[in-house]
Amino acid sequence: MSADLHDLGFLEVAEALTQKRASSEELTMALLARSEELESKLNSLTWFNREAVLAEARAADAARAAGDNRPYLGVPIAIKDLLNVKGQPCTAGSRILKGYVAPYDATVIARLRAAGCVFVSRTNTDEFAMGGSTETSAYGTTRNPWDTDRVPGGSSGGSAAAVAARLAPAALASDTGGSIRQPAAFCGVTGLKPTYGRVSRYGCTAFASSLDQIGPIARSVEDATAVYQVIAGLDPHDSTTAARPVDDCLPNVRAARDLKGLKLGLPKEYFVDGLHPEVEQLTRAAVAQCRALGAEIVDVELPHSKYGIACYYVLAPAEASANLARYDGVRYGFRAEAEDLQEMYEQTRAQGFGAEVKRRVILGTYVLSSGFHDAYYLRAQKVRTLIRRDFDRVFARCDAILGPVTPSPAFRVGEKTADPVQMYLGDIFTANVNLAGICGLSVPCGFTTGGLPAGLHIIGPAFADARILQIGAAYQHATEWHKQQPKI
Amino acid sequence: MNDFIASIGLEVHVQLKTRTKLFCAFPAHEEGDPNVAVCPVCLGLPGAMPVMNGEAIRQTVKTGLMIGSRIALRSTFDRKNYFYPDMPKNFQISQQAAPLCLGGAVEIDVGGQPKTIRVNHIHQEEDAAKITHLENSSEIDFNRASTPLMELVTEPDMASPDEAMAFLIALKEMLIYAGISDCNLELGQVRCDVNSSVRPAGTDLLGVKCEIKNMNTFKGIHRALTYELARQVEVLRSGGMLVQETRRWDDEAGVTLPMRSKEYAHDYRYFPEPDLPPVVLDAATVEAWRAELPELPAVKRARFIRDYGLPEYDVGVLTADQALAEFFEAAAQQSKNCKAVSNWVMGELLRALGEQGLGIADAKITPRALAALIALVDAKTINMPAAKEVFQVLFEKGGDPAAVVKEKGLAQVSDAGAIDGFAERAIAANEKVAAEFRGGKETALMFLVGQVMKLSRGKANPQLAAEALRRKLRG
Amino acid sequence: MAMRFSENADRMDVRYVAGLARIALSDAEAARLQGQLDDILAFVGELKKLDVSGVEVTDVATEAQNAWRADVPIAGLEREATLANAPLARHGQFVVPKVIE
Repeated sequence: MSADLHDLGFLEVAEALTQKRASSEELTMALLARSEELESKLNSLTWFNREAVLAEARAADAARAAGDNRPYLGVPIAIKDLLNVKGQPCTAGSRILKGYVAPYDATVIARLRAAGCVFVSRTNTDEFAMGGSTETSAYGTTRNPWDTDRVPGGSSGGSAAAVAARLAPAALASDTGGSIRQPAAFCGVTGLKPTYGRVSRYGCTAFASSLDQIGPIARSVEDATAVYQVIAGLDPHDSTTAARPVDDCLPNVRAARDLKGLKLGLPKEYFVDGLHPEVEQLTRAAVAQCRALGAEIVDVELPHSKYGIACYYVLAPAEASANLARYDGVRYGFRAEAEDLQEMYEQTRAQGFGAEVKRRVILGTYVLSSGFHDAYYLRAQKVRTLIRRDFDRVFARCDAILGPVTPSPAFRVGEKTADPVQMYLGDIFTANVNLAGICGLSVPCGFTTGGLPAGLHIIGPAFADARILQIGAAYQHATEWHKQQPKI
Repeated sequence: MNDFIASIGLEVHVQLKTRTKLFCAFPAHEEGDPNVAVCPVCLGLPGAMPVMNGEAIRQTVKTGLMIGSRIALRSTFDRKNYFYPDMPKNFQISQQAAPLCLGGAVEIDVGGQPKTIRVNHIHQEEDAAKITHLENSSEIDFNRASTPLMELVTEPDMASPDEAMAFLIALKEMLIYAGISDCNLELGQVRCDVNSSVRPAGTDLLGVKCEIKNMNTFKGIHRALTYELARQVEVLRSGGMLVQETRRWDDEAGVTLPMRSKEYAHDYRYFPEPDLPPVVLDAATVEAWRAELPELPAVKRARFIRDYGLPEYDVGVLTADQALAEFFEAAAQQSKNCKAVSNWVMGELLRALGEQGLGIADAKITPRALAALIALVDAKTINMPAAKEVFQVLFEKGGDPAAVVKEKGLAQVSDAGAIDGFAERAIAANEKVAAEFRGGKETALMFLVGQVMKLSRGKANPQLAAEALRRKLRG
Repeated sequence: MAMRFSENADRMDVRYVAGLARIALSDAEAARLQGQLDDILAFVGELKKLDVSGVEVTDVATEAQNAWRADVPIAGLEREATLANAPLARHGQFVVPKVIE
């Protein structure tokens, strides 16, 4: 059966290991072999170390032989190159962190490690997660497995492409304005952005701390749920994590068959001019499917939606300008040769950061600077309140919201790089979810005539992560879209 | 200076006495090798996040309670952005929009008159790393990075370097009293930015403010202010204009100098720290912390004057140190002679402690023993020289004064017959002096008393000896 | 989804702001950024059209409060690990080029 080992999803791998139908070493070897074969076309990974990873897999096998029966022992998982894994490089897609080796584990990594997972590879990302295509990565653009002339989305394009291309059964990613859901939609895989405060951010290289959230990309809602279940929960190292318990929702997700009794909102603002007609059609078909599964579909309004992107592109760069100030060549990472300290700062950052990062850091610095703070930053904080209130009102009468994840399917490499504003508008349906701190799930919902995947966006209120996972699982039980494989 | 009025405001940074740093659980106040007390958080590694030390919050709030601040029931943290290699994240986590303590005041003494120095607010922030500038490079040690600081910002209410000193001394005393900081200036635990301005007498509008950064000795602050105020007056007198600027104190040269103004220095781009939830306090917590406060030095001084009838000088000495004040009070409560207790504590006790470089906790004498010793003196059981001898024994070994008196045979001789005998012998041996007394030289008596004491080996009651001599010489 | 925004847009002093952010810019880079940032500012300037009077700010995104840690020390990084990523270290310290005040 070793020929299809790479085809197994996260829970299937766990089952194969538990039933001793395969070893972690065999699985890992299969994934590494496939990575070696396909990476020249995809460039979805920034790092994998055959020997180190196989040693981890063998250790897991040895533990299992010795009676260790943790359910995810030896299950390989890919990690976005933004999350710190002790002893592995962590570049954040940036030249400025080239050669940096993480001296500590992120909390999500520590939890996966405790669960027995093997960190098989590191996935490409837009530089410091700033982008929607992986084109801003200092380590080259990742290609969409469905059409290698196209982008996989971003910033977690490497994670989405790797999972879609069967280089890993699942991957960890992060989402600040859509960076899990948009690449999941572009690559035909499942991605969850959990509620803000549900998953610890400790050890995740920060982009915009009030918006960042770590979540899984996987081949099914069930797999995503399994990973989410491991990483979610209160963390003493991240003071913004919620003290609420994380219920075991995997049994309910696995059992989800229909949507009876659920009221799902359809915001009219999400179906406007500019939405790609095929994406609209696929989304509406998915909504019809949900109705067929028993959900009541109601029209709702999110009147401040259209201000979301502008609000996001004030707040996120502002926070980023401070978060990225630490990359200065003093304690770690790249340092430019210089005569004095100021020159070292300015040259290190000039040479270490790419164009998009510089653009956002400068923008963020500006909106916080004396004389402009109130007009931009303070105002955006208030607009954020309005956007949250929009969702509060809708969730007072709806269980979840349905809509498209992206305004278009995957675009061509280079198509939007010259026009940042056009690129930013790609976050139009996703960024509001981060601004409101709520949860969102992207599930595959069909293909365009050109063979490109589209995603259905299921948005839930804060801490209703289990609910949107159940909705997504019921939808996937009734559909086959998530089972489609790209031919590379 | 008389035709000008000075206004001085202080920004006092105080290191709090916590075991761990402000935002990570690594030891604070580490004085060992460089970069041994660091972690991902205080080194500003990618992905590291701050976690608040609750003890630091408690200490800052207690400081606010001591000076009568309003305690914010919801307080938030902000990032203060500036690039400098001693700040690992290139922003400092501080408080700008909603600090923990608002308002408050510290009372100082100005030439015997009380004066109130208003405090604008107290906020919490993290300390920077230690940077050592060498000729062609600088070295950085992050052990100190993220040590808890509170910054207390006063209104410009001080009118002279002396008042600034009085304020700092009063503040330091309170903080040490309440266990909030050791305020060790040599270790940099108290650092000040000093703002000053002058304006012509008779005007109300404050003059142009100059800030002297990063002063770390009180004496230095006094000297710097004295220089700076004179400089400002001189500029104005000679028809010049002052510019708002940041200056530094050159201690060797004894002058303040303008710092090469940093182009971006004042654009800190504050915004809320997204990684720290707000501090939300309820009244019960605040009241519980208030209950932990010790009696403040000023209150204690007033009470000592009222309850023990002591002069102000004594009270100042006794309350300067909380442990000393406690010792005094314990002894005074068991004594009928509070002034004598004060004299003993200020005199013999402090002398003995000082000689041996000890703290009050090291002394073996108990307050009860001191009170008993004073009672023996007052009952004329022993005389003063004997009492001092007893004290020394009690100080070193402890024990009961009566037992020491007995053991050493130090009880005074008050028996009239015995004293008469000593007096007769003293007169007989010093006829010339006796004649001088008879001739009207009163002071000659003192010599004869001394002789009686000598003959009695110090045990005679000196008053009785004087009476006996007088009787016999006149007789 | 083409949008055009130009009215009332602020024009950023790119060089000054890049200086605040400690990023050196070549002339060509500054010119390109100026255009792009003007566009972005015009776009985010849309926010100015909203009436936000009386709306409170969202200053923290978490429902958590306090989340304090006990004042109990634990062991830190080994100094070797601390300095392992340092571009330049000497005598256990991080070293930077001279600071010109």
